[in-house]
Amino acid sequence: MEQFEPDRLSPAQVAAVRRSFRNGRASLTRRSLLRASAGGALAVGGVAGLSACGIPAAGNTQGGVSADDRSAKEKTVNFSNWTEYMDVDDSGKHHPTLEQFTRRTGIKVKYTEDINDNNEFFGKIKPQLAAGQDTGRDLIVLTDWLAARLIRLGWVQKLDASNLPHAYANLSAQFRDPDWDPGRAYSYVWQGISTVIAYNKKALDGVEVKSVSDLLDNPKLKGRVGFLSEMRDSIGMTLLDMGKDPATFTADDFDAAVARIQKGVDKGQIRRFTGNDYTSDLTSGDFAACIAWAGDVVQLKADSPDIDFIIPDSGYMTSTDNLLVPNKARHKTNAERLIDFYYEPKPAAELAAYINYVCPVDGVKAELEKIDKDAAENPLIIPDKAMAEKSHAFRSLSSKEETEFEEKFAKLTGA
Amino acid sequence: MATLTEAPPPPTPTAPEKKPPRRRGRFTPYWLLLPGILWLLVFFALPMIYQASTSVQTGSLEEGYKVTWHFVTYWDALSGYWPQFLRSVAYAAAATVLCLLLGYPLAYLIAFRAGRWRNLIMILVIAPFFTSFLIRTLAWKTILADGGPVVGALNTLHVLDVTNWLGWTAGDRVLATPLAVVCGLTYNFLPFMILPLYTSLERIDGRLHEAAGDLYAKPWVTFRKVTFPLSMPGVVSGTLLTFIPAAGDYVNADLLGSTDTRMIGNVIQTQFLRILDYPTAAALSFILMAAILIMVTFYIRRSGTEDLV
Repeated sequence: MEQFEPDRLSPAQVAAVRRSFRNGRASLTRRSLLRASAGGALAVGGVAGLSACGIPAAGNTQGGVSADDRSAKEKTVNFSNWTEYMDVDDSGKHHPTLEQFTRRTGIKVKYTEDINDNNEFFGKIKPQLAAGQDTGRDLIVLTDWLAARLIRLGWVQKLDASNLPHAYANLSAQFRDPDWDPGRAYSYVWQGISTVIAYNKKALDGVEVKSVSDLLDNPKLKGRVGFLSEMRDSIGMTLLDMGKDPATFTADDFDAAVARIQKGVDKGQIRRFTGNDYTSDLTSGDFAACIAWAGDVVQLKADSPDIDFIIPDSGYMTSTDNLLVPNKARHKTNAERLIDFYYEPKPAAELAAYINYVCPVDGVKAELEKIDKDAAENPLIIPDKAMAEKSHAFRSLSSKEETEFEEKFAKLTGA
Repeated sequence: MATLTEAPPPPTPTAPEKKPPRRRGRFTPYWLLLPGILWLLVFFALPMIYQASTSVQTGSLEEGYKVTWHFVTYWDALSGYWPQFLRSVAYAAAATVLCLLLGYPLAYLIAFRAGRWRNLIMILVIAPFFTSFLIRTLAWKTILADGGPVVGALNTLHVLDVTNWLGWTAGDRVLATPLAVVCGLTYNFLPFMILPLYTSLERIDGRLHEAAGDLYAKPWVTFRKVTFPLSMPGVVSGTLLTFIPAAGDYVNADLLGSTDTRMIGNVIQTQFLRILDYPTAAALSFILMAAILIMVTFYIRRSGTEDLV
């Protein structure tokens, strides 16, 4: 090291020099040295440092989105998904469909269930993506509004259609053209999520619930109604109930829906706003009825005969969880092959038979009938025409709208 | 809390009669301090500076955030969310008082009367910590469920009529009311009260009680004039260990509460994760920190135990 006179360089600079010897990727350039010295300056700067540590604009990172794709050399793909969102065999250790994929393609899947919450996960990957770094993940699954945000920020990669023949051919019509990703250039649906009204027969005790209006107005349900803390689901269902279309609503419509729910809060009609934990309130009977996710309700129904759901005449909301390849992912082609695999009817049917969400793949019904007849007939898993017509999606929001609406909705939920 | 910056004790000169001067020992205390100082620097000082900077930035996710010394954020945060601030302080104070009322007799019992049961009771106090905070709080949802035995009993005894009148509960239920949140806070932070109380009570010399008795003090007077003053360090550190985390807690309010029981921790969480208004979230955190610092300083001054905490 002596020939570099390390004592004249800051530790950060020395580190940069050393790195440049170890591998080519970060080889010594004027820029990396500059960056290293900027880092050193930041570390010593006191109040001056304060003003230096702003968060860079997201647009700045759009420069180099793709890393060199190592898919051909490294036969692996890092797949991050939500918990309990994949088929599991009886031993609980193997994922049959993933193993099929590995057998067929030779690509090993490193499957991690590390997504529990969209907002939290965004907070987790934001620093790397904002700085234009690899997150260590090749494939992630995010709900549509967050997928839309990542696309808007330029943090995900455009997919190569030539690797996705099945996905292109088999994606259900209702998911083909979301306004936030026309023609599915960046994303493909993993599963669809229907938002419905669930109830506990015992707790209802003969009270009839048919619509969101019943939830908000029926005095017999006072203090025993739950709404979701997910803005798009609660507001979307209320908009539908008011005869507005969640795909085209205006800011005034949004305010009206908030005011409508606010009345329910003020009257003490709504007990609380919940995330996934509404399931325990519903089974215990603390909620007589609530807005709920159909996938959960199918599950709850199997465990407890008192739980059931209805679909209001005014329609229901469907959102999607979407597969995305983040910037700088190292195995993009492998990830695309995995996406395509799940758009073949057979693996899609096996997955649908295990998890009870809306299957986004056309032509699955015949395959699913072979595995599970009930599931194939369930309109919540394979929507028939009448169901699909009642399904509505929440329109995408601009960044400004998103902040404004979330703030108004947060006020509604108490903070 | 004031000991962080205190200078290390002067190194004791070791074996001065030996000829070769051993300079190695002179820096030993500093070397020993180094890991702690580095830890504080990286995981306390740096995040603080970063958050302080965030709180005076403006911008958006798309445009990036820049430091503009926008101090108005603090005023907006305070004027927008003062009810949640007040509520946090009130709930935390209520939980602290409840913890003290529940914890003091128990700590007293363990320290003086438990005999061979002492270890068992101590384990029972700590045992809930072996499971997750979240699970423990969720268990309270089952205990306080609307149709459950607790709510049934409270209804029969007309306790809920009283708490309804006080505004602590609403209707025939406990869950999703302020009472449930305070109960959850009390339960979750009770061991933080009991342990310091126990250590300071246990240190009291039993002969002092005998002496008080010899001087014709009745048991109550002995407690008031001897035991309680001597246990003050435990009371002060116990109340601090309960109040400070309780004021910033958001899990209890989230799971056991409703829209009108949201605490400042919930607001910070929503601002940071949902609305993505990082400056407001940072400003709220700093206001909370300042408020707690002022209250705690005042409290320690009043209780006159600066040197014992």
